[in-house]
Amino acid sequence: MKRTNTIFVFADIIAVLISIVLYGVPFYFVILNSLKDKTEAGQMNMKFPGMLNFSNYTEVIKAENYAVLRAFYNSIIITVFSLIGLVIVCSMLGFFMQRRSGSKVVDILNFFILTGLMIPPAIVPTIWVMQGVGVYKTLQGMILVEIALHLSFGCILYRGFIASIPRELDDAAVIDGCGKFRLFFSIIFPLLKPVTSTIIVVAAIGIFNDFVHPLYFLPGKQNVTVQTTLYQFTGMYFSQWHLLFADVVLISIPPLLLFIFFNKKIVAGMVAGAIKG
Amino acid sequence: MVLSNQHKKIYSPWFILPGGLIYFIFFLLPTLSSLFFSMTWWTLDDWEFIGLENFVDFFSETSLNISFKNTLIYAALTSGMKVILALFLGVFLASPFVKTRNYLRSVLFFPNLLSTLAVGLAFQALKHPTRGVINTALGLLGITGPDWLGNVKLALFSVALVDIWKGVGIATVIYIAGIASIPAQYYEAVLVDGGNAFDKFRYITLPLVRPARNSVIILSFIGGLRTFDLIMVMTKGGPGFTTYTMSYVIYKLYTNSLYGLSTAGNVIMFIFIAVLAYPLYKFITRTEVDL
Repeated sequence: MKRTNTIFVFADIIAVLISIVLYGVPFYFVILNSLKDKTEAGQMNMKFPGMLNFSNYTEVIKAENYAVLRAFYNSIIITVFSLIGLVIVCSMLGFFMQRRSGSKVVDILNFFILTGLMIPPAIVPTIWVMQGVGVYKTLQGMILVEIALHLSFGCILYRGFIASIPRELDDAAVIDGCGKFRLFFSIIFPLLKPVTSTIIVVAAIGIFNDFVHPLYFLPGKQNVTVQTTLYQFTGMYFSQWHLLFADVVLISIPPLLLFIFFNKKIVAGMVAGAIKG
Repeated sequence: MVLSNQHKKIYSPWFILPGGLIYFIFFLLPTLSSLFFSMTWWTLDDWEFIGLENFVDFFSETSLNISFKNTLIYAALTSGMKVILALFLGVFLASPFVKTRNYLRSVLFFPNLLSTLAVGLAFQALKHPTRGVINTALGLLGITGPDWLGNVKLALFSVALVDIWKGVGIATVIYIAGIASIPAQYYEAVLVDGGNAFDKFRYITLPLVRPARNSVIILSFIGGLRTFDLIMVMTKGGPGFTTYTMSYVIYKLYTNSLYGLSTAGNVIMFIFIAVLAYPLYKFITRTEVDL
């Protein structure tokens, strides 16, 4: 047993060293270069800068008439409202699908929901539909699209969780005079808290980091999101790595905070989403 | 199950109305209408039916059909590497003897939470052919590093490597969950029969971790088929057309206002995913063992 222990200590040390090279270096590189001046950052090396230029951050924030602040505002609005919508809509769908499982309607729903998990949205037809409804290039439109695209994931998690809530509870509530909506919102929904919080953190990261869909469905100067501003900056600040990296660090702060506070929840949620899907 | 009328009243279709409506309008309707618009010359205001011409163009134009090959290579490479790497990482990090496993799991998982755009940008700098950190490090070892993103043979693999760097963490965590669900008695049985650590891996872990492995394959394969962000920020399809993937081609056609052709690309992508992912799923789940 003693020999095994030394082997594992050795393996531990090697693994930590590899993790520092493969993962530590890129993180350190980005943060370090976000604090260099233009020429130093242009050299792209790991040398410690002569001076720490925290002014890079204020410069990025002020750029393009405070585009970054606008972007944070838009991204937060989109994320928050999409999450509220997702939670309400998916919990109800999951409830129906679990309680009526085996029926024809639910079989059809299952098929469509699996489809949504696998195939990407059709780009131009979605724009066409959004124009038809009058929500193209609006935050509301973006929110509705994000809800539609994350709906499958949310439904599947809710459906799985609701299976552990006994039907007898529904019956008891109904006998006591609850209507269907009161049963759902004041009895079932509060019991879903664990899975609701999982869905919130996982979907929050997905929506906040979404680049493709805002690129297509939310063009326009007023409509920038954190990811699309970063992309615009790559064109504007070509070879001004200090500013690009400052923006990278800025937009990585929200996911980092979520990770620090909800590490276990996020990991569990992403695994559950993957396996049950 | 037969539900009483009372139950049908409680579990009323009203519950699916809001979600169903949003999902139908913003996902199903565009998807279904794409089947029609892929056969048109389309300006968003007006359309003209042209039959299968868009599909013929897609398969005959080199700049378009090269994306099939690239996308397949990319998806196979990223999912293949993630499945293998994550298996060993998962076995290693599921072991209670590894004292730093919590730290290692967190480090490995964290890139999943970063935006793909940010990750791509960082690696674009790290992979700079002359000044980049990677080639400088290789230079210290006496190796002349290649032009990672500018070499026609290397660019696609180079982008795939970043994808693996970012995505191997979630694959590992899925494996760890799979390994954790294997009952400890099975391992004890191997010990009783006189087996060693390798036997445990070969006869218990490997067959029983298959459901987790299948999730990893399907998830990363479909993810690979859909890849867009990394290409967009790291190579923009270049050099030449060597990193044109399907979703990038769809984007290019969209920016050139070739809406019908772009939509045909979407339809081909649906077919790709249905034709490849579904049989792949059927094939690999055949070998699944029930616990």
